[in-house]
Amino acid sequence: MANLLDIRRRIKSVKNTQQITRAMKMMSAARLKRAQDRVVAARPFASKMLEVMGDLAARTDEEFRHPLLNARGDERYLLILITADRGLCGAFNTNLIKAAQAFINENAGKQFEVLPIGRKGRDFFRRRSMDIVKEYIGLTGKGSVGFGEAVSIADDIIKRFTEDETMDKVFIIYNEFKSVLQQRVVIEQLLPVSGTTERIEEDEATRAVDMTDYIYEQEPAEIFSRLLPRVVETQIFRALLESVASEHGARMTAMDSASKNAGELIASLTLNMNRIRQAAITNEIIEVVSGAAAL
Amino acid sequence: MSAEYSALSTQYFFMAEQIQLEVVTPERRVLSGTVDAVYVPGVGGELGILPGHTPLISQLQTGVLSYTVGERTYRLHVSGGFVEVNRDRVSVMAEVAERPEEIDAARARLAHERAEKTLSAWSGTEEDFEKARARLERSMVRLQLSTGENLTR
Repeated sequence: MANLLDIRRRIKSVKNTQQITRAMKMMSAARLKRAQDRVVAARPFASKMLEVMGDLAARTDEEFRHPLLNARGDERYLLILITADRGLCGAFNTNLIKAAQAFINENAGKQFEVLPIGRKGRDFFRRRSMDIVKEYIGLTGKGSVGFGEAVSIADDIIKRFTEDETMDKVFIIYNEFKSVLQQRVVIEQLLPVSGTTERIEEDEATRAVDMTDYIYEQEPAEIFSRLLPRVVETQIFRALLESVASEHGARMTAMDSASKNAGELIASLTLNMNRIRQAAITNEIIEVVSGAAAL
Repeated sequence: MSAEYSALSTQYFFMAEQIQLEVVTPERRVLSGTVDAVYVPGVGGELGILPGHTPLISQLQTGVLSYTVGERTYRLHVSGGFVEVNRDRVSVMAEVAERPEEIDAARARLAHERAEKTLSAWSGTEEDFEKARARLERSMVRLQLSTGENLTR
């Protein structure tokens, strides 16, 4: 049977852990609020952007070709994985890594290169000795991601894609923020910019009335080619924001349940301790009584 | 369906007296409201937009966007992006948009001096030159808006 001192020590250590988890939970809660606001604030721009892109795509020539639009082969993929820099956030990173692994397994015949954003993903790919073209660490960890950072990542990816003709597709995997308790792993194709054609058809049906003829101050094709990199930037920026918000949400939930578990553990240990203490006292009394009886 | 259609087409004939202006950047919605007139710095020159303007799309350049509500005129610093005019709705998608009171004048002045210095002693590629020039332009507009100084020569 464990002795009193051991149990006391154990309770103290659990209490310390609980303090840490509680503090982490509180910090995540505060950051979550900010991150959530930023996700919401970034939405109007993204939706406006896609709207204009849809309009423009409908009006540019069929023959209009842009390096970011052209479908290429289907051999070499670049995979961008946005994870957290740190752990202790439940299944947040595990789910992402699992999804990435599943995606790679599904496309077994393809050649994969990876670009991890966040330490956890980098470590995973490194263990797997995969081809890491570049890594961004310490970006999602500091609590806020600026648009400038998203732009530099996007520029780098666009440059890789346009300069290397054998790079066929670029995918991005990240956690989408659904609610504090829920994150959803999404896999999106980043390049070549897709979905325009489908979206146009859909749009034409839904706003046939709205087909206003625009005056273009510049050639539609020119505006379009200016717009495309912006679309990629916005998409990466959004993914980063969503990921940061999800991370804080996941950490908050994980730390909340950790604090609760610690509380339960402390309660059961205390009960145990009291029982042992009581047993010892009873023992002593018996000894005294039987000692007195023996006289 | 036909009722809906006619409702839409009447909207076309009775032109609104005012414009819905919305200024968004990737990070936030800077402005959203009803205004009387908007002036935006298009790449091809200043564009004045009054109610009933034809639908239009243009690229923006670094400069001052101004809009009037009643007698008052407000100004914003905008840089990069696009403007879309559609049925008395003006949507400005700028890379940067700031109100004058949000601009840190001291920082803008520093940036301006730095940009001037790099440009006067130039030794780089053409692409970098363009970037530095854009920085100078931006700092000039910001400085002008925040302090009222005019630096354009």
